Amino acid sequence: MSKPIGIEVSIAVAEAVGLCDVDVVAAYPITPQTHIVEHLAELVADGHLDADFVPVESEHSAMSACIGSSAAGARTFTSTCSQGYALMSELCYIASALRLPIVMAVANRALSAPITILNDHADLMYARDTGWIQLIAEDGQEAVDMSVLAFRIGEDKRVSLPVQVNLDGFTMSHVIEPIAMPDQEEIKRFLPPFKPVLRLDPAKPVTFGPVVMSDVYTEARKAQDEALKATKPVIQELFDDFARQFGRQYKLVETYKTEDADTIIVAIGSIAQTGMTAVDTMRAKGKKVGIARIRVFRPFPGAELFEAIKGAKNLVLLDRVTSFAGGEISGPVALEIKSVLFDNKRFPTVGNFLVGLGGRDVTGQNFEEMVERVASAKNGDLPAYEFINVRE
Amino acid sequence: MAKETGIKSWKELDFGLTITDPGCAAELKTGDWRSMRPETDREKCTRCGQCYIFCPDMVYSKDSEGYYAQNYYWCKGCGICARECPVDAITMIEEVD
Repeated sequence: MSKPIGIEVSIAVAEAVGLCDVDVVAAYPITPQTHIVEHLAELVADGHLDADFVPVESEHSAMSACIGSSAAGARTFTSTCSQGYALMSELCYIASALRLPIVMAVANRALSAPITILNDHADLMYARDTGWIQLIAEDGQEAVDMSVLAFRIGEDKRVSLPVQVNLDGFTMSHVIEPIAMPDQEEIKRFLPPFKPVLRLDPAKPVTFGPVVMSDVYTEARKAQDEALKATKPVIQELFDDFARQFGRQYKLVETYKTEDADTIIVAIGSIAQTGMTAVDTMRAKGKKVGIARIRVFRPFPGAELFEAIKGAKNLVLLDRVTSFAGGEISGPVALEIKSVLFDNKRFPTVGNFLVGLGGRDVTGQNFEEMVERVASAKNGDLPAYEFINVRE
Repeated sequence: MAKETGIKSWKELDFGLTITDPGCAAELKTGDWRSMRPETDREKCTRCGQCYIFCPDMVYSKDSEGYYAQNYYWCKGCGICARECPVDAITMIEEVD
């Protein structure tokens, strides 16, 4: 096993994709994803990576090219975020429906307007109904490991679906972190060559994505839904496989000090690290607080999440996006969790907080405020959601 | 499920919205879209074949006497044949059931 080295997370992700011996990279640069594709372009140009780098004219074309190359049987990678994701999004639905295991790194960035290049989860949530598997990294090591796992998971014949690797823009993508890079031989042992179920082949013609009428559409959607449902145990199985080879164990839902906690925070992405520090601070003050982090957002690990949070009297649910639903229902992460709680007939006091929008820091103090807010709610009476750290 | 209409259960659909059987659109029954049916009066018909040429589907084919007979399995009832017939031999008849 290799020793950790100091490396920028974007460069590390690009290196990991290169080590996975990707065949085609079609991508358009957009901040803060740029370093990932720049470095891949460099690897190809310098002859270190035997791949086709397609410098497309837009993200719409990027995903179109990826669909073509994946359908032809090539291991395919792209990367984008925010407005770029929005532009390519119509193709993303097609990639999943055609069961093409494209891997896409998303350096999460807020959506316009107002225009910003900074981080929140607007693009991650925008993508949640597209039928892609969504993995979310918390730090640089996870971003690298999830990138390798994304190919293995997506290309598994029991899965055969595209996979997003989400990493927070700037707060992760542009930070130099100590990361243990897997070596080529280790990757080769872990990741077999891509053998598609079906591919475009003149010797054995098939049609991908024909038009259907109302007599087939429902069946097609049912088949796709069943495909995604079947992936959850496979993802955990491959996480376990990864742990056996690389020594780092991942779960669909990660927990920190939740076992005896009265109050559990649920977060996704890198702010969970601040959250763990805040949990330690609150524990030192005698408060029984823990944090759960959702690593896989689609398929949504409802059972695993319920297992993690079922003992809590208070829940602090964080959303890093404004979903503009009219004020009477919560943000997307909290909505999913409330649905799980309802189905399990469990009704703790729930606070949903919109934090870290457009790059705003979420501090340990903010975590303490949110925990306090829920703990002191009279009769569990809290609004559907609240903005935190907003100037009045 | 009825094979003739090309309808399958979700479990029988080809993987990932593919079609692995070329030309299978011929199995798809589009005749049940129809509300009007073209009928040819062979007294007027000159066997010119304009209906065969203009039909956007595969409804018309030449029979042993040189007339163009309809296969209603595919006929959507669009009426182009009746409109284009130079001797008004084709009439659109309402489908009653």
